[in-house]
Amino acid sequence: MTGGTGGEPALTALVDSGVVRLETAVTPDELASAEAELLGKKSELAAHQQSLGRLPPEERKEAGRLVNEARQALQQAAERVRERVDAADRARRLAEERLDLTEVTPGPRRGHLNLVTQTRDELEDVFVGMGYTVAEGPEVETDWHNFEALNMPVAHPARSGHDTLYLDWGPPESTLLRTQTSPVQIRVMQDTPPPIYSVMPGKVYRKDTPDARHTPSFSQIEGLVVDRNITFGDLAGTIGSFTAAYFGASIQSRLRPAYFPFTEPSAEFEITCTICEGRGCRTCSGTGWIELGGCGMVHPNVLANVGIDAEEWSGFAFGFGIDRCAQMRHGLSDMRVLLDNDIRFISQF
Amino acid sequence: MRVPLSWLRDFAPFEGDPVALGETFDDLGMVVESLERVGEGLGGVVVARVLDVRAHPKADRVRLTEVDAGDGVSRQVVCGAPNVAAGQLVALATIGAVLPGGFEISRRQVRGEWSEGMICSTRELALGDDAEGIMVLPAGLDPGVPFAEAMGIGADVVYDLAIEANRPDALSIAGVARDAAARLDLPFAVPEHPVVAGTHPVQDLATIAVECPDLCPRFTARVSTGVQVGESPAWLVRRLALAGMRAISDVVDASNYVMLELGQPTHPYDLDLLPGAGLLVRRAEPGETLVTLDGVTRRLGDGDDCLICDAEGAPVGIGGIMGGASSEISPSTTRVLLEAAYFDPMTIARTSKRLGLRTEASARFERGCDPEGIQRAVDRFFSLLSEGEVAAGMLDQWRGSPRPARIRLRTQRVNALLGTSIADGEIAALLEPIGFTASPAGAGLHDVTVPSFRPDVEAEIDLVEEVARHHGYSRIPPTVPASPFVGQLTPFQRGRRHLREILAGAGASEAVTPPLLGPGDHERAGLRAEAISAVDPLAREESILRTSLLPGLLKAVAFNVSRRSPDVALFEIGHVFRPPLGRRGVLPDEPEMLVVALADPAVGPGCGAVAAKRLLDLVLDAMHLPGARLDAATAPGLHPSRTARIRLRGDVVGHVGEVDPSVLEGMGIAGRVGVIEVLVEGLIPRQRSYVQARPVSRHPSSDIDLAFVVPDSAPAAAVAVTLREAAGELLADLRLFDVFRDDRLGAGRRSLAFRLRLQALDRTLTDAEVAELRRRCIAAVESAHGAEIRA
Repeated sequence: MTGGTGGEPALTALVDSGVVRLETAVTPDELASAEAELLGKKSELAAHQQSLGRLPPEERKEAGRLVNEARQALQQAAERVRERVDAADRARRLAEERLDLTEVTPGPRRGHLNLVTQTRDELEDVFVGMGYTVAEGPEVETDWHNFEALNMPVAHPARSGHDTLYLDWGPPESTLLRTQTSPVQIRVMQDTPPPIYSVMPGKVYRKDTPDARHTPSFSQIEGLVVDRNITFGDLAGTIGSFTAAYFGASIQSRLRPAYFPFTEPSAEFEITCTICEGRGCRTCSGTGWIELGGCGMVHPNVLANVGIDAEEWSGFAFGFGIDRCAQMRHGLSDMRVLLDNDIRFISQF
Repeated sequence: MRVPLSWLRDFAPFEGDPVALGETFDDLGMVVESLERVGEGLGGVVVARVLDVRAHPKADRVRLTEVDAGDGVSRQVVCGAPNVAAGQLVALATIGAVLPGGFEISRRQVRGEWSEGMICSTRELALGDDAEGIMVLPAGLDPGVPFAEAMGIGADVVYDLAIEANRPDALSIAGVARDAAARLDLPFAVPEHPVVAGTHPVQDLATIAVECPDLCPRFTARVSTGVQVGESPAWLVRRLALAGMRAISDVVDASNYVMLELGQPTHPYDLDLLPGAGLLVRRAEPGETLVTLDGVTRRLGDGDDCLICDAEGAPVGIGGIMGGASSEISPSTTRVLLEAAYFDPMTIARTSKRLGLRTEASARFERGCDPEGIQRAVDRFFSLLSEGEVAAGMLDQWRGSPRPARIRLRTQRVNALLGTSIADGEIAALLEPIGFTASPAGAGLHDVTVPSFRPDVEAEIDLVEEVARHHGYSRIPPTVPASPFVGQLTPFQRGRRHLREILAGAGASEAVTPPLLGPGDHERAGLRAEAISAVDPLAREESILRTSLLPGLLKAVAFNVSRRSPDVALFEIGHVFRPPLGRRGVLPDEPEMLVVALADPAVGPGCGAVAAKRLLDLVLDAMHLPGARLDAATAPGLHPSRTARIRLRGDVVGHVGEVDPSVLEGMGIAGRVGVIEVLVEGLIPRQRSYVQARPVSRHPSSDIDLAFVVPDSAPAAAVAVTLREAAGELLADLRLFDVFRDDRLGAGRRSLAFRLRLQALDRTLTDAEVAELRRRCIAAVESAHGAEIRA
């Protein structure tokens, strides 16, 4: 061929062979080199382009059109191939990033809230939901707040059941580790005029050798309501609502006469045995009921001790063990496990 | 209190299901702790006579007996009881008998000697709790007769009732029967047991005198002569056994029987062993001593103790609590003086507590016995003695029968407190069967007279409880009061929960350690604080109140480290107890503290204080507490050169660092333990506060990195403060991102590399502005800290 574009047949052949050449490309690199070869400055097509100038003007236009058509045909083919090659390339790269997620080594471990805290929080939340506030007070208390104000004067026989730890502070037997959270009730009544709807959670202390059911310090929660027209029926209903909310709708409560110096009438409250759901088992000695705590109407002497008129206001109080709730719910056979702070125990909850 | 059903039936006709009767007790507040069926399974047990007792050739603890079971054959039975003796009548379980509890008796060898049966204790026969010795039967029974028939033992039920401290009346069979009969609408009566007295006046035989009527308001004595001390009848022995008491002699048994039946303790004396033939009641002198029946020497007179003395003033017993040994009833006693008294409950409670001596008698007196019930109890005692002649009259020193309490009871008050609608007329019907009398005193009012056996009932509220008890707690309709408040935690309580959750989320687990420590526990943790001790603790290990959470928490760390959790991370929030620095208040200081302990067996970078500081940063950020200031400091128990004091808003709130290695060594903990110890209040503002929003710039920021060589004397925090001041308000963020030491930097110097992000709210910073800030920052740090910028 001399001095010309070689004409239409030559370009058609060029396009045909070029498309085949492009379609053999598998990787983006192969495509790039095929494109350079077919469409680059040193390509056959570029040579055709350059030769156009040497044609007579009347032929030049037609020849130019043919060269452009050939270029477009090759470019379109390259674009088609690029889509395929790029998709394949992405797929290959992703495949190379394959990760077995089960071979990942563990990262930092989370910590665990103590079972007693979790139980306390949940109990607080039940009462907060019933419109109660949460009150707290000191663990070292005066004899007056822990006993005297609660209608338990010195040498009151009921004191002997408390195994009190007195402290080397102030006059003899004036200061003690609170045996109940009831002194917080006294402080609340001293500080706040009725109506009062509060619960008092916290640590209490007994001079007690640890065994499967007792530890020398443990957590308790008490409740106090003082308002106009509060009745024993209100106490029974409140205990029932709490029991259903915390233990579940299948667990009932009942009250049985009991004696506490700071309440009258007083009651023990029992709930359906959570182990056998009332059918009778070893835990409940076959009765279907287990004792949870004590309660009653606030004794008029207690109200008088904090300057509340017992004719105008009445109230009820109740109390039970937080640790005991945890024990029942989570099947702790021995409370002493709480004393060790063994991470293998703490991290179960 | 153990209550046999057969005994209750002496007072009211209780029939029907014993379980249902138990539920009635429960409903009345006399909680059934156990219900035992006894007298079953006694087939094959016969009366037998012990003919001979000799040593076992090969065993010290057991002996060989020859017994006659009435069939003319002497048989050998091996017996381990110390009280077996020739001549006794005993209960013999013969071969093939199946005892209560299912134990089958077979012919067996004990160390090579054959045993043809078993001589039983009351416990083995399920008739009582006494397992120490065999049951010795009263004389006069014929060997071979079935045991149950000889003893008149039918099947019985024994309730063990928990009696509350306010129910002295229920510490007696009669009292329990009265309460239950009232609830069940059964007739109740205490049988009369009149005593046929002789003509000889008691005044000729004995005298009494009471010097302290405040401690002993009523004191009586009655005398019987010609008594022959012997054994009690079988029915009485059995009742005592069922009630948990062992028979001793008919005189002593009668006293115990009366106490159980009527609730009135009495004390029989051998009148011939009382010098001066009488009793004197007086206060103990300080330091006086007495040997009580249990053989213990008691020191008295440290308070108001009531002593019973002979007529010459020598103590023979502690009033209402326990007698002495000197005038005890013995087999040779012929003249019995029976003391029956009413002691001041508080006096008994105090003396009993002071001496650490609680008895069946003291338990009843301290709750309050019935001063009016003494005559009946004394009569009952003498009615039980078959021998002797009771002298005419009773010596009786009484300040006078107190006027029975009368209490005004309002029906409206009952219903207002109980939430019931009990009618006016029902009140008397509920109270009278349990011994009260209620007479109408106008519309809705009752004047209620309290029986002398209910000293616990002093005010209207006590009557409300009695009405509620007999009406039935379960019949009071439950209601729920509507709180006028929105229930919520205080900001502090919410903050404390948040704090716990942050710590747990960051990997620390919550411990709850005992607040009472042992001697040396504080010192082992490097603390030398003045601590508050418990008086008379149960165990020395739990006798000192913690002044810090650290000793307890380190103990927990050591526990876990020794159980192969060397990298345990624990925290605790709890109260600590300290004498205040200034004037002593009524109560000691009791701050609530947080301590975190991060153990790590490695000692490389990132352990100990470094981990603690990083966790502190996280916590402060989570609690929205910017601007904490750390200054190198020392604190007891902490590493002297790896500890900083934490200041927030100018107040010192605690320390961060790590535990002193010598403390760790002493506790057997390897590696480092990072520590944060802060006042919880310091981390949680009491006042609710909200983070106020800051605008976020829409313009690009510029970062510049500046590395300085800084002498060790200048804390990195101080360099950071200088940078903040120099960069001014265009500084959006500043962080220390690299620290290194190298010989080429020179000793006592290190490189601190900071990244400053600069940004304006309203524009893009120009290169020139950034360059100017860079220059200013470098100049400020170089001049303030003797630092050099690194090229």
